[in-house]
Amino acid sequence: MINRRSTLKSMVLGAVSTLAIAAVGIPSAQAENKELKIGFVGVTSGPAAAWGTSNVRSMQTRAAWLNETGGVKIGNDTYNIKIVTFDDQKDPKRAIAGMEKMAQEGIHYVVGPNVDDGAAAVRPVAEANGIIYFPYAFPKALYQKPASNAVLGMIANYQSGPAIYKYLKENKGVKTIAFVAANESDPLSQRDSGVEAAKALGLQVVAQNDTYQNDTRDFTPVLTPIVALKPDLLVLSGVAPANAPLLIRAARELGYEGLISTETAQDAKVLEEGAGEYANGFISVGGASTPEIASDAMKEFVARYTKMFGEYNDESNTKVYALEYILETLKANPAAINDVAEFKKTMDSFSAPNPYLKGDAKLTYVGTTSFGQKRQLAVPMVVNEYKDGAFQTLFVGTVD
Amino acid sequence: MEQVIANGLYLGAQYALIALGLTLIFALMNVLNFAHGQMYVLGGFISYTVYGQLGLPFVVALLASGATLAVIGALMEKFLFRTVIRRSHREESTMLLAAATAFFFDAVILLLFGEKQRGVPKIVKGVFNEAGIIIPYDRLVVGALAIVFIAAFVLYMQYSRVGRAMRALAQDRVAAQLMGVRVDRYSMIGFAMGAMLAGVVGGLLVTITGVNSGIGGPISIKAFLMVMIGGAGVVGGAIAGGFILGMMESVGLTVLREYGDVTYLAIFAALMVFLSIRPNGLMGKPWG
Repeated sequence: MINRRSTLKSMVLGAVSTLAIAAVGIPSAQAENKELKIGFVGVTSGPAAAWGTSNVRSMQTRAAWLNETGGVKIGNDTYNIKIVTFDDQKDPKRAIAGMEKMAQEGIHYVVGPNVDDGAAAVRPVAEANGIIYFPYAFPKALYQKPASNAVLGMIANYQSGPAIYKYLKENKGVKTIAFVAANESDPLSQRDSGVEAAKALGLQVVAQNDTYQNDTRDFTPVLTPIVALKPDLLVLSGVAPANAPLLIRAARELGYEGLISTETAQDAKVLEEGAGEYANGFISVGGASTPEIASDAMKEFVARYTKMFGEYNDESNTKVYALEYILETLKANPAAINDVAEFKKTMDSFSAPNPYLKGDAKLTYVGTTSFGQKRQLAVPMVVNEYKDGAFQTLFVGTVD
Repeated sequence: MEQVIANGLYLGAQYALIALGLTLIFALMNVLNFAHGQMYVLGGFISYTVYGQLGLPFVVALLASGATLAVIGALMEKFLFRTVIRRSHREESTMLLAAATAFFFDAVILLLFGEKQRGVPKIVKGVFNEAGIIIPYDRLVVGALAIVFIAAFVLYMQYSRVGRAMRALAQDRVAAQLMGVRVDRYSMIGFAMGAMLAGVVGGLLVTITGVNSGIGGPISIKAFLMVMIGGAGVVGGAIAGGFILGMMESVGLTVLREYGDVTYLAIFAALMVFLSIRPNGLMGKPWG
């Protein structure tokens, strides 16, 4: 006799069987590919969320793009890329936990962390577990021998700062310079090296001790005494994208008429909304998206990112590169997929076309001058000037 | 020095308004609302969406921020805090709940509005520049509005039926109940008003400082500082705390600038000494 209970049982069994057949019997188009996990450990929440989020989203956009077009061929195998993420909340203790998680998952290549103390904290974990990581942090000790597992993912301020100050001294007549920085390790170390570079160029430093809490919302009291000194150039050392428009606006409203610059990457939309026309002339360091130098692949990346996340972040002009370098280096030496020693060997001679720049630009590892070994990605050092809602290329520099 | 005083007064008005909602909720329910900063952020994002994105008048954006947060506050009181207060005799239960709601709001705001700093067009353009004082007109407008809101709030609490009932509740919950005050109803109204104030301030200040999803926690900490200085649960104390903190910040950042970021170090040190002498702050609790 068929009762309600047996009918239900039959329906559940039927549904489970159907799902099982669907899962096992009908392979997806990409099921033949192996999976390659690439990690991210960095900050994706709190006031500095924009830094890590632009990393993660760049990686996810590129991974989805590669998977959609059949995956990445490394040696004899083709891989789908899976991005494994961990939000360290800008806390070194959590960054260590994140790196340990990556080790437990058998991941050998990790992008991040985003700040100095996090990058320094994960070093023992990365070295003990055979992980190459790509911090967006500047302490030289991370990249100089005996350290060998960290690869700087961007241009350091001690590389871009002197180039910017020199350009402004020679082209805009800058003679006096003032620095203001958040009271945190990254901005303070960037300020100190900026002061050193400015003095080496013969510029007169009129303010170098002014700092602010990173969660400051109103910068008028911070900038009032600095603006009174009327420097030719005001440097916002290591400024977070959330604070840059507020600082610019406060300085201009207080009547400051000189130049304003930073050595960190910024976002044009954030500047437009937060500072409007006050941000015109603001100088920052960017990547490869200005129309003069962006390739069609870069334009497609921006379009895919925008479609996937609703809005592009200009910081990704730089952060698009880390995953590209990892995959291209693995392609060059497939043995490195589970052996970072092989990866390190390949870095010294590695060269591949840079898909995101027009012309014949190359992806190579650099850093010999700054670190004594090749532990830096050669991303374009594009110094931008903000103008009416967009960045314009001021000049393009290189790092060796 | 004129500029430093002007900066301090403006900051003070802004801070006082931020602290009002927090102190109201504490006075009524003995709940330290850790989500106050997140409510401020939500108000800011609602204003950003209505005024900055949809292009509706700023007044509409402010109303939308206030109304949305009032509803959220009322729902939080009715379904979360009332239940916990009824079921638990341990005061830390409400603190844990408040902390949980703060984390929840942080995550929701990040998901809904993204990680970027957001700003809106200025509501008034131009800069006042006379007698050594430079203040943009929009700050003057926001400062004046802050003072108007504070005055309206104080008058409402002093003379309206609802305000009197809430004051009675804050002074002695049991006595107020015995005198016929409907505790549940006025607790809900009080929580809604506290949340509404946070939303309105967030909506107001988005025109000056913008908003981003990560500033909720720091805003709450600053509000706690003001409440500690003025005295928890006292409206006058929150206002005094706001102005004192604003002035200390402005003066400290000018006088101590050569020594690096020691302004807040000095403020915290002074606060520790002050609280050891007056643990209930300047005006203590509850309302008089």
